[in-house]
Amino acid sequence: MLLNVKNLHVSFGGVKALNLSTFNVQQNELRVIIGPNGAGKSTFMDILCGKTKPNGGDVTFNGQEILGKKEVNIARMGIGRKFQKPSVFPSLSVFDNMLLSVRMHKGLLTSMFFKMNSEIRDRIESVAEKVGLGKHLETLAGNLSHGQKQWLEIAIVILQDPKLMLIDEPAAGMSDEETYKTGELLTDLAKKHSVIVIEHDMGFVKQIAQNLVTVLVRGQLLMEGSFEQVRNDERVIDSYLGRANTALEK
Amino acid sequence: MKKYLNSNSLFYIILIGIFLVILPVGNLLGFVSNNTISLWGRYFCFAIAALGVDLIWGYSGVLSMCQAVFFCLGGYAIAMHMLLVAGGEDPSGIPDFMVWNQVEVLPAFWEPFHSFGLSFILALLIPGVFAFIFGYFVFRSRIKGVYLAIITQALALAMWLIFLRNETMLGGTNGLTGFKTLLGFSLSNPSTKLSLYVLSFIVMFGLYLFCRWLVNSKFGKVLVAIRDSESRVSYTAYNVVNYKLAVFVIAAVVAAIGGMLYVPQTGIITPGRMDVKASVEMVMWVALGGRGRLKGAIIGALLVNYLYSVCTSMFPESWLYILGILFILTVLFFEKGFWGLIEMLENKIKVVASDKSVSKINS
Repeated sequence: MLLNVKNLHVSFGGVKALNLSTFNVQQNELRVIIGPNGAGKSTFMDILCGKTKPNGGDVTFNGQEILGKKEVNIARMGIGRKFQKPSVFPSLSVFDNMLLSVRMHKGLLTSMFFKMNSEIRDRIESVAEKVGLGKHLETLAGNLSHGQKQWLEIAIVILQDPKLMLIDEPAAGMSDEETYKTGELLTDLAKKHSVIVIEHDMGFVKQIAQNLVTVLVRGQLLMEGSFEQVRNDERVIDSYLGRANTALEK
Repeated sequence: MKKYLNSNSLFYIILIGIFLVILPVGNLLGFVSNNTISLWGRYFCFAIAALGVDLIWGYSGVLSMCQAVFFCLGGYAIAMHMLLVAGGEDPSGIPDFMVWNQVEVLPAFWEPFHSFGLSFILALLIPGVFAFIFGYFVFRSRIKGVYLAIITQALALAMWLIFLRNETMLGGTNGLTGFKTLLGFSLSNPSTKLSLYVLSFIVMFGLYLFCRWLVNSKFGKVLVAIRDSESRVSYTAYNVVNYKLAVFVIAAVVAAIGGMLYVPQTGIITPGRMDVKASVEMVMWVALGGRGRLKGAIIGALLVNYLYSVCTSMFPESWLYILGILFILTVLFFEKGFWGLIEMLENKIKVVASDKSVSKINS
């Protein structure tokens, strides 16, 4: 088991944003989390990468507790995050964006005396090719389209080579074709990494959901199952139609 | 294919041509006054400090408003040495201002400054260590943006108040002055002035090359990345605090080097050099010259200070208005400063030139 979550809860100003009794992710699993707005999906990822401090609970990653650790240390343990709103370095070129993320020692002196080598260059170029940015290596990241920024951020996460990738709404702002390609990329990545994807687009979820799909509603786990199970579940349909309360009360 | 001069080579040619050839040779031949030489020598020191400001603010986006403090820490250290060497009226050799304050024994912290070597090391070490300690707490607490600007200003104010006090034993409001020699060379001697001028230029140029190396390295790219999106840098497994701290210390030491060269050429250092206004001015040089461009920092510092001396002699009351107008124009229209403007013009010329060559081929 790569990721183990127990009794994780966090509230913002008295509102319970997340109250997750149990959640596990296996090695090389691609997990999709769905749920209506405000279900706590992004909050959950924020906790996993150290951005938000929970009120309590237990999260172990690879056998180590991660709650209370700093973002940088969590990143070094092998958790990579792609945000909902693309977060790249706009005044650096696409190549430099990717160079900074390549997994290596990231101390001060190593960075000062870093020498480019062909191994790293090849690696960046192959990932750039994979995410369709092969021709844009010299472009400033700030000049990319929204969809390209999404891909660049995915590339950043890939180059970090994390054990667990947290991918928040990768298909937002992408065309159907781009979305499909993103889906292929993610399923490919799941062969070697564990991936958690948050997504709204059901067509996209259908494409990538090879393992379990988790449904969160109002910060709580509604159900976990295959895509077909989830899609046909009465409660899930209800919650997406905004009748979450009645669904939970049943 | 590059037939025309680009702005880069022009920058080096003008900088070296004017300041390392025309002015010094002119001075030796007697048609450039000693005064002009030591004036520009001082401007180079400001330009050195501006390089530091550009590293910390221009590249890393950390708006530090206390760089003048580090400049002065370097300056005071070398001033203390020169003052001890110069000696005073009192046979004990303690500086005059202490005698006037009824101090009979040289305070212990002055002792190391008898030696030039120690003074030199302390001039770099004190600002560096000070920046490290202050920066450690500030960056670890994740103070940034406007809050960092305010807390560094508060530091500048506090330091200024400390140095103003006579009890600090650093000359109070009057500062330190009355230097005679440095390493045995008489400071009033024109050849010493010229040497200090040349030394300041070379140090400025050397530090420019060092900073250029730094910002072009992967380290420099991390700095820009921190400016763009600090959280993304953390999630990419860089320890942001270490990087900020490193660049803060480097900027402080660079400023201190400027201060060390400044004081022998000015002959005086007072707390006025380290008040909040002085630090804000340094930020303005960089903003006007072109933030995030090392050449911009140098040009900004040289140009603004030159304008200052021209304007104050021509229209003494209007300098602050002129500076204010320049600053407003820069913020409104030339966000990338003077050097950004030149880069923009150069690109326009390139586009026109390539259009012409294309039309030639077509015809």
